[in-house]
Amino acid sequence: MSEPVLSVDHLTIKLPAGADRPYAVEDVSFDLKRGEILCIVGESGSGKSMSAHALMGLLPEGVAPVAGKILYAGVDLLTLSETDLRDMRGRKIAMVFQEPMAALNPLMRVEDQIAEVFEAHGLHTPQERRTRAVKLLEEVGIPDPPKAAKAFPFQMSGGQRQRVVIAMALALEPEVLIADEPTTALDVTTQAQILHLIRALQRRRGMSVMFITHDFGVVAEIADRVAVMQSGQVVETGTATAVLGAPQHAYTRKLLAAIPKLAAGQGRRATKASPLLQVSGLNKTFRTSHGLFGRSERVVRAIDQVNLTLFEGETLGIVGESGSGKSTLGRCLVRLIEPDTGTVTLAGVDMAHLKGEALRAARKTIQMIFQDPYASLNPRMTVGRIIADGPIAHGVPKAEALAKAAELLSLVGLDSSALARYPHEFSGGQRQRIGIARALALEPRVIIADEAVSALDVSIQAQVLDLLADLKQRLNLSLVFITHDLRVAATICDRIIVMQKGRIVEMGETHDIFTRPQQDYTRLLLDAIPGRSMDEAAVAAAAR
Amino acid sequence: MEFWKRFSRHRGAVIGLVFLLLIVAIAVLTPMLFPSSPWRMVQRPFLPPFTMDRFPLGTDALGRDVLAGLAYGAQVSLIIGLISTAAALLIGIPIGLIAGYFGGLVDDVLMRFTEFFQTVPSFALAIVLVAIFQPSIVSIIAAIGIVSWPPVARLVRAEVLSLRSREYVEAAILSGQTNTTIILRQILPNTLSPIIVLASLMVATAILLESSLSFMGLGDPNLMSWGYMIGAARTVIRQAWWLSFFPGVAILLTVLALNLIGEGLNDALNPRLSRKGK
Repeated sequence: MSEPVLSVDHLTIKLPAGADRPYAVEDVSFDLKRGEILCIVGESGSGKSMSAHALMGLLPEGVAPVAGKILYAGVDLLTLSETDLRDMRGRKIAMVFQEPMAALNPLMRVEDQIAEVFEAHGLHTPQERRTRAVKLLEEVGIPDPPKAAKAFPFQMSGGQRQRVVIAMALALEPEVLIADEPTTALDVTTQAQILHLIRALQRRRGMSVMFITHDFGVVAEIADRVAVMQSGQVVETGTATAVLGAPQHAYTRKLLAAIPKLAAGQGRRATKASPLLQVSGLNKTFRTSHGLFGRSERVVRAIDQVNLTLFEGETLGIVGESGSGKSTLGRCLVRLIEPDTGTVTLAGVDMAHLKGEALRAARKTIQMIFQDPYASLNPRMTVGRIIADGPIAHGVPKAEALAKAAELLSLVGLDSSALARYPHEFSGGQRQRIGIARALALEPRVIIADEAVSALDVSIQAQVLDLLADLKQRLNLSLVFITHDLRVAATICDRIIVMQKGRIVEMGETHDIFTRPQQDYTRLLLDAIPGRSMDEAAVAAAAR
Repeated sequence: MEFWKRFSRHRGAVIGLVFLLLIVAIAVLTPMLFPSSPWRMVQRPFLPPFTMDRFPLGTDALGRDVLAGLAYGAQVSLIIGLISTAAALLIGIPIGLIAGYFGGLVDDVLMRFTEFFQTVPSFALAIVLVAIFQPSIVSIIAAIGIVSWPPVARLVRAEVLSLRSREYVEAAILSGQTNTTIILRQILPNTLSPIIVLASLMVATAILLESSLSFMGLGDPNLMSWGYMIGAARTVIRQAWWLSFFPGVAILLTVLALNLIGEGLNDALNPRLSRKGK
């Protein structure tokens, strides 16, 4: 192997007093070799982003390195003055951030933003900067670069924006590119393209890339070497094949085991039962009018003639990329959004046309688990009241409802002492369990889980998925599971609906969807799942 | 307590609170400290301050004790400031809650109604209201309440609009809670912090409004207030500076104290918005 371009040597970063641990990063060492992609992988709070930000001198206020060195070309970056560091940034070491919209200035044309990078380092004439901007856009694969150069960020898609950010990072031909979760905010097909692009650019330019991610699928796609971090420490480093194939550390093994397996859904068949929820001809169109007289109306067909059936005791997955209408569909089923036309028949009652008291009563049967474990619990109410409020609203006496809440808490694996505590005292996974308990409080027959595990770390995600599967069995629930993550869908769903632009593209048994997709779009989605090779290897190993 | 720790980090707010407590103590103890009416003539007119120990701040044009007037004025200012703010909150919060929660036509109607009040200059409207209903403490409080609720309604509405789409509100809708329950239990408690901050500043504005009304001669004729004292002294400001100076300082310090407290509350209740590095 070649010599390291950048080496982090026994780095320790101190957190301000009052944080949950004394050090964000403790005694961390790793090398980034010339021309390799090093993936730093870990769950949230593992310190992976902190280490990257330390390289760029971008640590937040109150957080400072206290020991160790970051060596680049023989110089310790931690000892450089702000002026020297500024010169280093962009020219030698560049960075790509997670959220492309936040990394771009919404009021500046793309070419001006790229030109600004040259300007900051006093390079080239204004004319030349523009030419180079267009050339860079071409290199990152944006269609029609001269036109894109004149566009504003909001006129581009998420993937194109991320390409612009990458173009900006590449502008000064840096030796090292630091990518902090650059694909996390993107759809799976876009993610696949961006990963491909980073890989291609890295090869073409011989750059070293430090890629920070929480997703082992992404690691499998892109990494040459991997460093696994856990609560501020590097627990394992090695080549991608070694770490993914034969993990040494228990934590790595645990993380890898927690990844939902694509093969898991195979072979499972739902026994046909009676239909519980029937949706037919459901439509929802959003209209946004601009200007005083609402002339230039924008019409989005969020749900377009959707028909579906949910059988008793079944888990139905609704998958699709952002903007496919899957969340709108879920919210239409429970009437958080009013559908325009169509019927939603739940156990013989047409939910779509109920009003007032009748709707309030009917909603007991169908409950929802929300995506954001932080926004879905009222911060000013105790957990007990959060769970008990539903039954109380339906006339259950308060003491009885609270006793029931305690039972529900133990059902979802929390201690009943949680009743009197407030949501902020719990972690994301625990909050999601509280959300599940709340949904169960009304003894519903159908639960709609809207991206219920998307905001969780992979190990927590696995626990919550297990809990859902277990509860479904024990309480004979039917689940509608809305997700963008096909791996999750493969683990938990019996049948899957694939949505695109408000329409159902394909519907079928999970096994069939994953092994014999009928539609091009489904195939595209499946191919884009990061780390497929990992699963194929696992299947091959199992077959042997 | 966490809240107190954050509040006390703001030194100005603590000073303001101490000063306000002092004013409250004076207002409460006034009947004991000054048993006779502030309207009674006790000495020769235009007694300059610091000449007689019994009347440290001197006497006014009719020989009344300025210090006693200030103490009684503190009572009036605090009562009017607090009650009229409470009145404004009672009008503004429900309107804001309803407009923000139900949206659509209800929102349009209520907001146009609010804007109607906002477009009229508040002081002019207060003068008209007090003049129509005869100056008395009730009409003054009502007038100040009526002219100061629109900002409350707008603030509450904006808060509700952002809270309404939170997932916990959606969960509450799904669990079959009635609109009233959702508004009162899920939404209102989460709008309280900005309301408290606004209210503390409104007390200060109300005191200023009352002083201005009294200055114009529209105060309650039975109550000695700071505004009235300044108003009565304006014709003799060159001969007897102390008659307008001391009530002026009282108004300035009280309003300043309330503003400092408001700022401290803001930092304590919205920790994420507070300035760093203090």
